[in-house]
Amino acid sequence: MCTYLTEQRAIEGSGKGSTGWFALTDAAVYVDHPVHAQYEHTVNIDFANPAKGPSARVAVELTEESALALVDAIREALAAAPPGLASASAASGASSRSGRVPA
Amino acid sequence: MDEALTARTITIQGHQGDEIEAYLAEPAGTGQFGGVVVIHHMPGYDSATKEMVRRFAAHGYNAICPNLHYREAPGASPDDASAATRAAGGVPDDRLVGDVAAAADHLRQLKTANGKVGVIGHCSGGRQAFLAACTLQLDAAVDCYGAFVVGEPPAESGMKVRPVLDKAPELSCPLLGLFGVEDRFPSPDQVKELDEELTRLGKQHEFHSYDDAGHAFFAVDRPSYRVHAANDGWEKVFDFFGRYVAS
Repeated sequence: MCTYLTEQRAIEGSGKGSTGWFALTDAAVYVDHPVHAQYEHTVNIDFANPAKGPSARVAVELTEESALALVDAIREALAAAPPGLASASAASGASSRSGRVPA
Repeated sequence: MDEALTARTITIQGHQGDEIEAYLAEPAGTGQFGGVVVIHHMPGYDSATKEMVRRFAAHGYNAICPNLHYREAPGASPDDASAATRAAGGVPDDRLVGDVAAAADHLRQLKTANGKVGVIGHCSGGRQAFLAACTLQLDAAVDCYGAFVVGEPPAESGMKVRPVLDKAPELSCPLLGLFGVEDRFPSPDQVKELDEELTRLGKQHEFHSYDDAGHAFFAVDRPSYRVHAANDGWEKVFDFFGRYVAS
């Protein structure tokens, strides 16, 4: 099944792609055919920065079980850390956020 | 047939005159050849699709695949271009038709063209092949397990793609449909509905559904590949194009 269903979110952070680190601005999540994973369908996540072009993308293709395990792992890791520790507004504050994002 | 061919990347004027990239393969030697427009699948203008283009040329057809994702990502790798196009909302139906029309025109203008052009698409391209054949004057069309020709996408999916069964009265050419019994999109019931509607309309069509095959059974690089269905399917494709496009 080829779907056009795509959940999109604005995100802040960085990713490492084929040309090195870059700032991330967008995430897309969709269930569709993978490019590389040997399954008929996978949960695909693109971490991207469209302003830097289509190749500024970190892609993962996960089985449903793997994706759900990752969701749990993210929540558990955040729960184990002090609340807000990794928040965009934590530490250096919102006014300096752009300065912390690698170009 | 010695299967000799030449293949290269070209630029064509697509929908609304936009310059887009396309992959063209032509049989070597002289002669009059039918044309085939290959519509790439959702994962993009990739090597697997270009392999199909060359396969048609090896069998005596001028074949072309327009890069439907070129506008969103010129020069990008197929997977990145596909992701960028998806993020932008996918390929609009009217743009698809315009790009296929341009590709078909390019084939018709080749010195070796016999004037006939067919279209083939797999997966999302199956629906697009049907749509193109209902909008353009073509000589043959092959829909390989195209989802949502019939049937609305699940409501919760939020998918933008819409069924195109209502365009069936305008189908301009014979249609070959190749499906897997184990596919859910399109399901056997949806294939049956399309079959019955085309019969009701008196539209020439040939449908084949393979047991022990689901979606994407032609894809040799994916676990969905089913050798018996793919081999028989290719035979049917070449028999079909042989009747309506080659001669």
